Amino acid sequence: MLDKRIEKSPVPLTKEDFASDQMVKWCPGCGGHAILAAVENVFPRIGYKKENFTIVSGIGCSSRFPYYVHTYGFHGIHGRATAIASGVKIANPDQSVWIATGDGDSMAIGGNHFIHIIRRNIDVNILLFNNQIYGLTKGQYSPTTPMGQVTKTSPQGTIENPFITAGLVLGAQGTFFARVPDNNVKLMTEVLYEAAKHDGTSVVEILENCVIFNDKAFSSVTSREKRVENQLILRHGEPMIYGKDNDMGIILKGTSLYAVKIGVGGITEKDILIHDQFNPDPGIHRMLGRMMGPDYPVVMGVIRSAKAPTYDDMVEEQIVNAKKSAKIQCVDDLLNSGDTWEI
Amino acid sequence: MAKQKNILELEDVVVKFVGDSGDGMQLTGTLFSDTAALAGNDLATFPDFPAEIRAPQNTVAGVSGFQVHLGQRKIFTSGDMCDVLVAMNPASLKANLKWAKPGATIIVDESAFDEKGIEKAGYKTSPLEDGSLNSYHLIKAPISVLTKESLSNVEIDKKMAEKTKNMFVLGMMYFLFQRNLDSTLDFILKKFSNKPEVVKANQVALKAGYNFAETVEAIASTIKVGPAPMEKGRYRNITGNIATSWGLLAASERSGRPLFLGSYPITPATEILMELAKHKSLGVKVFQAEDEIAGICSAIGASFAGSMAVTTTSGPGLSLKSEAMGLAVITELPLVIVNVQRAGPSTGMPTKSEQSDLLQALFGRNGEAPMIVIAASSPANCFHYAYMAAKLSMEHMTPVLLLTDGQMGFGSELFKIPKVADMPEINPPIAQPRDPDFKPYRRDSVTLARKWAIPGTEGLRHRIGGLEKTNIDGNVSTDPLNHELMVNIREDKVMRVANYIPEQEVFGDESGDLLVVGWGGTEGMLKSAVSQMQNEGHKISMAQFNYIMPLPKNTVDVFSKFKKIIVCELNNGQFVKYLRMTLPEFKYRQHNKVQGLPFHVKELSEVFTKILEEK
Repeated sequence: MLDKRIEKSPVPLTKEDFASDQMVKWCPGCGGHAILAAVENVFPRIGYKKENFTIVSGIGCSSRFPYYVHTYGFHGIHGRATAIASGVKIANPDQSVWIATGDGDSMAIGGNHFIHIIRRNIDVNILLFNNQIYGLTKGQYSPTTPMGQVTKTSPQGTIENPFITAGLVLGAQGTFFARVPDNNVKLMTEVLYEAAKHDGTSVVEILENCVIFNDKAFSSVTSREKRVENQLILRHGEPMIYGKDNDMGIILKGTSLYAVKIGVGGITEKDILIHDQFNPDPGIHRMLGRMMGPDYPVVMGVIRSAKAPTYDDMVEEQIVNAKKSAKIQCVDDLLNSGDTWEI
Repeated sequence: MAKQKNILELEDVVVKFVGDSGDGMQLTGTLFSDTAALAGNDLATFPDFPAEIRAPQNTVAGVSGFQVHLGQRKIFTSGDMCDVLVAMNPASLKANLKWAKPGATIIVDESAFDEKGIEKAGYKTSPLEDGSLNSYHLIKAPISVLTKESLSNVEIDKKMAEKTKNMFVLGMMYFLFQRNLDSTLDFILKKFSNKPEVVKANQVALKAGYNFAETVEAIASTIKVGPAPMEKGRYRNITGNIATSWGLLAASERSGRPLFLGSYPITPATEILMELAKHKSLGVKVFQAEDEIAGICSAIGASFAGSMAVTTTSGPGLSLKSEAMGLAVITELPLVIVNVQRAGPSTGMPTKSEQSDLLQALFGRNGEAPMIVIAASSPANCFHYAYMAAKLSMEHMTPVLLLTDGQMGFGSELFKIPKVADMPEINPPIAQPRDPDFKPYRRDSVTLARKWAIPGTEGLRHRIGGLEKTNIDGNVSTDPLNHELMVNIREDKVMRVANYIPEQEVFGDESGDLLVVGWGGTEGMLKSAVSQMQNEGHKISMAQFNYIMPLPKNTVDVFSKFKKIIVCELNNGQFVKYLRMTLPEFKYRQHNKVQGLPFHVKELSEVFTKILEEK
């Protein structure tokens, strides 16, 4: 459900209503352009008044985003977009708050704020531009760079385990996690709409190609030739089937997921797991989020969208309740409360 | 029958209650102070407790104290040395005897001075027996034993009975000061309303202590401190941290901007966070962030979103907030940063007070990042300066750093209760919907403040952030001349605040031989010493600064009328550095103390006398 508290636009909006007059300065071929297109598609569709969107960002290529969309926008400091946005949403819950951040901004310098906004379930939407590299500082490894990759700060290859974003988000008790490739704007638009509908912190990980410093990092999953074989696009209520002949699927056996071929070894379509994005138990969602090649497809779409109370709603509720019952209704009441005397 | 005792009439008295952390000394001191206030005394208090929550019992590390200075005259500080010391165990006596005036009255719980207690305190022999207390007026009473005896008819367990010994000693003090027991009896009744046996035990112990003191011969005379001349009005006792919280609430109500606090617990500032969390009925939103950085960043977000935003901290936290303070400067958003100073560097001495964050407050940010800096100077005036910090911040659209310190944060004094409607108006420059002239950095020509355009308002969509922007339009810019222009505007905007703050006042004559200059929390200490020397006929005056950046416009005028200037600070000389840099035409002497302790009147008088005697 879209947020009833946020006022809707009285007139239908279009992409042009959100077009910025600023030049978009990302490199040609950068995944950022696709994300911008998806956001410009989805904001009019969401239909809130155009003054009711606020975009907050941190630092990095991703974080120039607010300048490219004509909404209220705040370009923060490195790693703190989630903290700044927490303040925006709590102070002004009538805003639809969107965060543009990168893998370094959210999971390295801003790791602490990232896990805590998720844990609190503040009703914001996080666009996580994951290109597995530091772009704006020109090519150092990030917390999602695969182990062993040579970068400017790892000439012999990295010796760090990367974060799997889904694992981190769900480990922090995330209520909404989705993943999309940057070359499927249609899916991205759908997923962003789902994120907007979710009450609580929505994290959308966008596998974003950095043409300059980490080109084709995701090509084994996202390229035209490979994507049918290596992507599983989840849809709620539908079986987890993928592959060029739609004959591959995911089954649960014991405590693990397996990628299987339908028709081989007695497997039928009935054995394939049905996706339940609303399942409160994150067990299967975690396993789906962690799947990767070569043995598994990479899962795209909404992996988890679980119902839970939001921090910002509870703040409002506590205030309403306190106002109902408290003896102190104004500051004069407070100043004169307790022991006072006249001289 | 009780014997008639002599009455000793005093202008002012300093009383200190000390005991083990679990002995209830904070409560005892507070109740004693409240009763004194009801009797019309002026007063100031200061609690002195260890950083450890439960240090080993009956050791010097676990001593907790509460000092109150009361008088029938205006009281400026919680006092230097005490006239009456109440020590509940040997360790507390050992830790505090150095703070007792020669000849002071010392009341001890004799029952606690057993072999074990004496040894734990680190005494070789009992100080009650070895003559080391001969120069004091020692009142030995087996308080624990007497308390238990007095409760023989009350059905209560031994442990609870032992706990009421603080009420027994409070009763003794009430006799010594000829106080009425009613308000304390009433307090006990309310506090333990659901435990009738606890109410009874405490009330019985209180009365038993009073009666014991009346009959015991060791108390030769009672002490009388009459009512102080006070301005008419309604009063209460208040600590600096509570006054800060309430000043912020008042500013929020008066400005119509909801209060948002983003903060992280840190001694000695945590109490502000806890206090504001209590007042959701006033619409306050309190966000206990995951760290200091998230505290200030959430506040900046809330400010962007239209709230009166505040973050509270102490020194180490201020260091962590530095980058974000710069963000508030460049985005030209209102934000109040409260720094309750403590002894540093690093973790330093968290429960001890110091004034050593001034240079950090003034200059501790990257780039040219000027900030309004103001300082409260007493527990009660934290209310006023917190209010002014919020007012200046919102009206001038720039962050304000308010400095208080642990001493005034925890200390208390009497506070004349104002009416919110009588406080100065606060008019934030809020941009109106569909304002055709709105630009993010279009400014008021007089204050240079930009407009506050709150998300949700029609026709005002705009972007701001940490990257330099063009003046007026607010687009990202690395244009050299624009950057210089913006740097100068931000500086000029802060300097123009001098037109909106009061002129610097002088305590005493406006000219003379020596001007004592202080800032912030030392006001009471300096005033005590200066007024004493004024009474002795010296041409000495004092200027205590509350507005530091910018300085009041008449500062040069004030300084130029004195032959000598001395700047006194509880740091190694930070304000004096700033003055030497800002107003280099004057010669400044300096007196500094960095012990986590306040100035004492005696040490100040000695310093001032020496300077006055210099040719």
